[in-house]
Amino acid sequence: MSLLLEPSPQQIKDDKIYQEMGLKDEEFAMVEKILGRAPNYTETGVFSVMWSEHCSYKHSKVLLKKFPSKGERVLQGPGEGAGIVDIGDGQAVAFKMESHNHPSAIEPYQGAATGVGGILRDVFSMGAKPIALMNSLRFGELQSARGRYLFEEVVAGIAGYGNCVGVPTVGGEVQFDPCYEGNPLMNAMCVGLIDHKDIQKGVAEGTGNTVMYVGASTGKDGIHGATFASEELSEESESKRPSVQVGDPFMEKLLLEACLELVQLDSLVGIQDMGAAGLASSSSEMASKAGFGIEMDLDKVPQREKDMTPYEMMLSESQERMLLVVKKGHEQEVRNICDRWGLYAAEVGRVTEEQTLRLLHQNEVVAEIPADALAEEAPVYHPESIEHAAFTKNQQIKETVFHIDDPKKTLIDLLQQPTIASKEWIYDQYDYMVQTNTVVQPGSDAAVLRVRDKNKALAMTTDSNSRFIYLDPETGGKIAVAESARNIVCSGGIPLGLTDCLNYGNPENPEIYWQLEKSTDGMSAACETLETPVIGGNVSLYNETKAGAVYPTPVVGMVGLIENLEHITTQSFKQAGDAVYVIGETTPDFGGSELQKLLEGDISGKAPSLDLELEKHRQNQVLEAIRAGLVQSAHDLAEGGLGVAIAESLMDTGLGATVTISEEVATDLFSETQSRFLVSVPAHKKKSFQKMVPDARYLGTVTNDSQLEVYEQSGEIVLQAKVDELEDAWKGAIPCLVKSRD
Amino acid sequence: MKFAVIVFPGSNCDNDMYYAIEEGLEEEIDKVWYTETDVSKYDAILLPGGFSYGDYLRSGAIARFAPVMESVIEEADKGKPVLGVCNGFQVLLEARLLPGAMQRNKDLKFICRPTELIVENDQTGFTNAYEIGESVTIPVAHGEGNYYCDEQTLKELQRNKQIVFTYRNDINGSTANIAGIVNEQGNVLGMMPHPERATSDLLGSADGLKLFKSMLKHWRESYVLTP
Amino acid sequence: MIKVHVYVTLKAGVLDPQGSAITNSLHTMNYDEVQSVRTGKFIELEVENTKNLEQRVEEMCEKLLSNPVIEDYTYTIGEAVS
Repeated sequence: MSLLLEPSPQQIKDDKIYQEMGLKDEEFAMVEKILGRAPNYTETGVFSVMWSEHCSYKHSKVLLKKFPSKGERVLQGPGEGAGIVDIGDGQAVAFKMESHNHPSAIEPYQGAATGVGGILRDVFSMGAKPIALMNSLRFGELQSARGRYLFEEVVAGIAGYGNCVGVPTVGGEVQFDPCYEGNPLMNAMCVGLIDHKDIQKGVAEGTGNTVMYVGASTGKDGIHGATFASEELSEESESKRPSVQVGDPFMEKLLLEACLELVQLDSLVGIQDMGAAGLASSSSEMASKAGFGIEMDLDKVPQREKDMTPYEMMLSESQERMLLVVKKGHEQEVRNICDRWGLYAAEVGRVTEEQTLRLLHQNEVVAEIPADALAEEAPVYHPESIEHAAFTKNQQIKETVFHIDDPKKTLIDLLQQPTIASKEWIYDQYDYMVQTNTVVQPGSDAAVLRVRDKNKALAMTTDSNSRFIYLDPETGGKIAVAESARNIVCSGGIPLGLTDCLNYGNPENPEIYWQLEKSTDGMSAACETLETPVIGGNVSLYNETKAGAVYPTPVVGMVGLIENLEHITTQSFKQAGDAVYVIGETTPDFGGSELQKLLEGDISGKAPSLDLELEKHRQNQVLEAIRAGLVQSAHDLAEGGLGVAIAESLMDTGLGATVTISEEVATDLFSETQSRFLVSVPAHKKKSFQKMVPDARYLGTVTNDSQLEVYEQSGEIVLQAKVDELEDAWKGAIPCLVKSRD
Repeated sequence: MKFAVIVFPGSNCDNDMYYAIEEGLEEEIDKVWYTETDVSKYDAILLPGGFSYGDYLRSGAIARFAPVMESVIEEADKGKPVLGVCNGFQVLLEARLLPGAMQRNKDLKFICRPTELIVENDQTGFTNAYEIGESVTIPVAHGEGNYYCDEQTLKELQRNKQIVFTYRNDINGSTANIAGIVNEQGNVLGMMPHPERATSDLLGSADGLKLFKSMLKHWRESYVLTP
Repeated sequence: MIKVHVYVTLKAGVLDPQGSAITNSLHTMNYDEVQSVRTGKFIELEVENTKNLEQRVEEMCEKLLSNPVIEDYTYTIGEAVS
């Protein structure tokens, strides 16, 4: 669209053109009030993206403020590209998770790839070297061709981008449920390592300093991506394909290397990724955070296409671009580094004292907006909240106790459920070893990376069980945080903090808002007790299709510190003769369980309860035992309960196990009671272990005959299976689903 | 012994290679930028893995014309040891320092996993610390590691004992399960598996370190001990 | 300016896994008439009209645009356009 064809301010107002861009009537009125006049086309566009849910969190801000975000180790909380936590020795870890759900639903390969690209830039724009990528994915149950296509392409997109950039994708989680069929979730997390002295901020301060643009040139891709992410998916979404950006991981790699050199410059004042809402958000946010303004000459913005309008340039979401502020007179230092990496660096503007974002194009002022109005003064909504009917109904349902005729068959069926099945088919496509720090590879509770030249390591995990959250948002929210912390503890780490991605349906629906409210309450409570501050994250709302909203899915990405390499622990059994224990009582908890889903085809009832103090106590016990060198393997009991956990601990070990359970076979093997751990202990350390963890229940021993044998206390055999058989079922399930054709 | 690891735009295993030599082998190594034009002062040249130039056009095709390659080829022709790993192997193929070509993996997917290799020739300057027939675990991480050559070339490779490593199981469709080959003179090795990722038990395997130890041993025998 | 179109294809006899995958896919979509699929690359160059253009394009194909070990190429040289 050329400038001449753009509607006039009057037309925008009269014809309500702002509505097409996502602004509501009352929001447009606010814009008029702020400017003291009707906005022109460019200004309307800039306001609409900056005030979209994706950029402004207008429906969720109130709730996000409730998250505990402070802690002794927190160096940077929410508000910058990534949060930062101290790990000692003058080092820190920067991490953040972000969603790319809507783009992935429309063009799964590029949607996922650019999701990875964006989260990498969030981390390296802080000055941190990205050392690991993780992800959290949700799909339908791979029963449809479209569902399988989305799954395969999202995985390929993550692999294609991360592998090329050379940052290992070390783990994550994937769950499958019909509610994600038309609206898959793609959440990407990046973890970076940084020295305290190198920490950067996205600020534009110092009147007269130069604003520079580094990286790929600006095209028309992704225009209104941020608004797009703030709407429900409909059939029309397909036709919005041009909104989806195309990633260039090679450019990203060059940009990454250049930025890590740029942050060493004393003359660098601030740096920020041009992510969602591109140049509009990076410039207004950098100015607003610093209390200054920016004047930009759009003619100097590198452009990929001819005759781009200011509207298009400001809203473009072309990938692999960074905005920098450099001390005046030092521009050449930036250019030198960029030249070496074959990147173009353009001077596009300057910092002004007046706190305004002013845009020039062909010698005319085309926009003039107070920077704070865009970045800080978006409307804040307190949507109506009504208890979700599903919750009310499910609370009435009496607990079911299942009876199982053939425990072996049930175990095998569970191991083949895609959510439980081996994810090897997925992580085999990710380069999880590049940078040569990956000590614990994908497949264990948490991935572990050593910190080079130090006797310490980082554990990291992503987690969320949305079935529990759907049944009971508050308890489910607690479980999401607790389970992540359990994963870190099982790896020998102290949980440091977390980042989250809050994926929900339309918050303007009071029942959905209620889910959001309750689940974040639960998460906050768990964060307080477990001392894991929320240091950043992202909100993705409007995850709905005609078929309805996705389950409320707040995904937790947690990082922990392993203080000594000796403490690194995995879930696999290590040696025949080791004693096997379960820590934590088991009660019949089948609401939202894999067994319930398997036997009844759907979930219902109450989610398992969670006592946060008890959780904290058990985590401390397990960590203490690991640090005392008493534990050979530790595994969190999650989907599929004890039976699945034992089977998983046996996979690829060549070992077997003989264990004894109570008469309540279904409950003991498959209940999903919270706050439980499966550990193995060397025979000669049993006494010390029992002393340290008195409430651990002895189950049996690890054997070397590659068989799993489960007995009742009466001595009757419950289950006998070759580990090979279990392994085949577990590993074969996903490849088999992917290959199946309608 | 002084190593050079060449850094192309998009190389991403250059640091891993650097650490394998500096920390694993405890020898000297420099990172050499792709615009350099003289690598004659080094005793061995390493071409690292990664995605040079984004693997655009064909993997290794553009890097092969980087300024530094002229000197690399010259040194290779003089008999200096040159090791190309993964993308480095692809560059060596494109530069015709080694015969054959790479195609996409047979199942069209990137694969990353520890892989069992068989040492087929322990008489090279890269494998003298291994034993013939030895089974070693070295990870692979590639999307285009499906080695192709015609029958004639394969026969020559076999006759000259140029096949150095094979995969125990077919993982990517490579002709004759080839994982690594040397040139006829034996001073240029290209291999898809990453020995630099297998230099410490902490990371799962130290089997790759022997390859670098072989290079050191060979260098000592041929250059240092000869008067 | 002249537009040169270069087509790079795999040599006959070289396995084309991508082509096989597409064939299978088309068959599952009931396009049973498809006998085989071979994939390749299409490269468009805009070049100045120089002497020996054909010879230089030939060189580009040999040296960079194709890998003669596994690939064949053909090209067309278009009419000059402004």
